[in-house]
Amino acid sequence: MLVQILFYIFGTLLVACALGLITARNPVYSALFLVLCFFNSAVIWLLTGAEFLAIVLVLVYVGAVMVLFLFVVMMLDINLAELRRGFTRFAWLGWLTAFAVIAEIVGVVWSHGLTGLDVSRTTVPESASYSNTLALGQVIYTRYAYPFELAAMLLLVAIVAAIALTMRRRQGLKVQDISRQVSVRAADRVRIVKVTAEKRP
Amino acid sequence: MLQTLATAWASLPGIARTTVWIVIVTVVLILCVALLTLWERKVIGWMQLRRGPNRVRLLGLFPGLGQPFADVFKLLTKEVVIPTNANKLLFWVAPMIALIPAFAAWAVIPLSPDLVISEANAGLLYLLALTSMGVYGVIIAGWAANSKYAFLGALRSAAQMVAYEIAMGFALVGVLMAAGSMNLGVIVRTQEGGFLSWNWFWLFPLLIVYFISGVAETNRAPFDVAEGESEIVAGFHVEYSGIAFALFFLAEYANMILISALTAVFFFGGWLSPWQGWPGIGGTILGQPSFFWLALKIFLFLFVFLWFRATFPRYRYDQIMRLGWKALIPVTLVWIGVEMVLSHLHVGPWAHPWFQ
Repeated sequence: MLVQILFYIFGTLLVACALGLITARNPVYSALFLVLCFFNSAVIWLLTGAEFLAIVLVLVYVGAVMVLFLFVVMMLDINLAELRRGFTRFAWLGWLTAFAVIAEIVGVVWSHGLTGLDVSRTTVPESASYSNTLALGQVIYTRYAYPFELAAMLLLVAIVAAIALTMRRRQGLKVQDISRQVSVRAADRVRIVKVTAEKRP
Repeated sequence: MLQTLATAWASLPGIARTTVWIVIVTVVLILCVALLTLWERKVIGWMQLRRGPNRVRLLGLFPGLGQPFADVFKLLTKEVVIPTNANKLLFWVAPMIALIPAFAAWAVIPLSPDLVISEANAGLLYLLALTSMGVYGVIIAGWAANSKYAFLGALRSAAQMVAYEIAMGFALVGVLMAAGSMNLGVIVRTQEGGFLSWNWFWLFPLLIVYFISGVAETNRAPFDVAEGESEIVAGFHVEYSGIAFALFFLAEYANMILISALTAVFFFGGWLSPWQGWPGIGGTILGQPSFFWLALKIFLFLFVFLWFRATFPRYRYDQIMRLGWKALIPVTLVWIGVEMVLSHLHVGPWAHPWFQ
């Protein structure tokens, strides 16, 4: 009962934040709404007993990805008028995508039937010694080892590709060579000169 | 009298006892932060051959003991100035966002053999998630203040946090491998048996990486470019005054205590006694595990924090990035490989029966 009440509270919050995300005019607000969305979905995952996924969602998306997002969004000087002109031009594409996604969701719900979405069914009480992380690890590294490794490989390729695309060496860039800075000795920088005193004429 | 109190305590429902413990931990933590600010000024004073604060007495006791409390009252009575072009809501919310993770993390820290507020199975992950959230307070504060200096501080802090979080996470992966569990209580218990069987011995490079990343994550000297007085005035909290400024300080010092506690738990056996199981001293009360040992270890690491601040000059920004990405992360990766070999050979922490 309590779980269901919590589910509806956080579900409502999640939908509200998602609406805020797409309606907020300030892109920084949008990013912060997205952070709240991640939080609420993490709570919903916690309610279904998936503690590992919930915490990893917060750790990876809230702790790292969204920080970088905010980093970029804050530095952008976004011209709202420019954006609005593009909005009307590409509106049809947005509507098309939205309808496609809605149709997919409705299709899934339709084929499974509404009884398959019983909230109370997902909350199986576990014993105190049950560790979600341990259970997940045992499945990932045995039964799903190959798909898991493949996904990891794919991500690695994506990282390398992203770095290769964005890395360019500019000519004439002034960079400090740290190994040279570290290996410098006092004798390279300072010359101690012995000056003999002269008698005043 | 004590008997009735004890029975009344035991008859309380679990949620009430947890609430009482949360209140106790929070209040003690805030007091510790107050005393830590004084201790910091004293220690740095002594290292620079000064005396530090020595005027305000508390109840006629130790000179200087009243200083942190006087500071708090001064800050409480000062006006909180909000810049005209600041984003009001976020400007107010930022100090709270900075403070919440610093306190919430204490929920899973085992304080003594039978005292931990939440015996969470994924405690280590929870801690990683919370420490990574502390940066939001800094970023939001820097952006909401609508000031160039504050913004520069926030950007520096964000980049630094993301870089050092990875090294910190990998160091904790090493701890996780040695303990075989993410439950902090279990991590402490697997280190049982005198100070040579604590994790620091087998995970020494990870200890160094973890502590350096911890100093960097708390934005303390020599990694305090987010504040950088000599370059960007006071960084992300330039525009904050009064108690809003004090909240940022509270968060920073609470984070310092947290990192010290975590270093003690992960690498120095938490509440375990250093001569547990030794002949002679191991049999006395000094060989028993208790909160005293954890408190002592936290105190020592806090001293190291202050020692760093009094000793090292501030890193240059590119040096910080280089250290994080090119030195600390490779060290952790190599050591995780070494651990793999060690665990295969069943030496050190991997000689325990639960790894066989």
